Amino acid sequence: MTAPDHHQTSAHPTPMKYVAIAAVLFVVTAIEVAIVYMEFLGSLIIPVLVILSAGKFTVVVMFYMHLKFDNRLFSALFVGGLLLAMGVLITLLVLFRVIVG
Amino acid sequence: MAHVSLTEHTAETTTGLDNRKLVMWLFLASECLFFGSLISTYLVYLGKSLVGPYPHDVFNIPYTSVSAFVLLMSSLTMVLALAALQRGDHRGLRIWLMATALLGIVFLGGQTFEFTVFVRDGVTLSSNLFGSTFFVLTGFHGAHVTVGVIMLLSFWVLSMRGKVSQAQSLNIEMLGLYWHFVDIVWIIIFTVIYLFEAPNIVG
Repeated sequence: MTAPDHHQTSAHPTPMKYVAIAAVLFVVTAIEVAIVYMEFLGSLIIPVLVILSAGKFTVVVMFYMHLKFDNRLFSALFVGGLLLAMGVLITLLVLFRVIVG
Repeated sequence: MAHVSLTEHTAETTTGLDNRKLVMWLFLASECLFFGSLISTYLVYLGKSLVGPYPHDVFNIPYTSVSAFVLLMSSLTMVLALAALQRGDHRGLRIWLMATALLGIVFLGGQTFEFTVFVRDGVTLSSNLFGSTFFVLTGFHGAHVTVGVIMLLSFWVLSMRGKVSQAQSLNIEMLGLYWHFVDIVWIIIFTVIYLFEAPNIVG
């Protein structure tokens, strides 16, 4: 048995770094909104939106939720749930939108 | 006012990790499945409504974008609250907790207004498949934000009474994990539900 480390973290980012991350998230969201008005992108709009929002998701999880600095077991638990959820999403879409139609 | 304790007692664990934090991450993993299933249901039934109104009839992308910005910025104030407590700045903790709660309330106010506009335009829980799946998904997200705001205000009151010590920063960290999770769910909802539909609105 081991006494738990209360913070279980290496050095967290400084407040200024948190503000810089928020600025990045703000700009990426603005780009996402701008993209939907760029009709010339056509069918590229959705893949670009997926990539940008996945990037925002990752930044929040890694830096604001501290998974980048925390014990890897926390990452394994969360990513496990996330992969299961994505599996459910893909399975249901294939079943009801591709196979059944 | 005296703080409750300066050193928080925690039992030894086999992993060396605090079980409360472990359980919080397990809870968030289960929440991924919960919201994953709701988003899947929305997408499965997207475009299958037999009668209107349809998403492109009611969505207001600029309005929802502001809500998305508000919730995104609340993640910044939440993480600043935790950082303040970890360096022993209790005044900073209270300021950032209250800022996060206020941003959450602004988001909820925006969502309530959006819902009333949708209902006025004929989209209800029972109007069509779009209405059912949209309100269940965004309604559950709003309920999560509401729970988060209640917890934020509770911790703000506890802090005002001097009952949140630096040694108890794990409690604020777990509150932060919950709040950031609510934010990342909105990142997905905003993109998949609103922005994917935007080309049909703009075009």
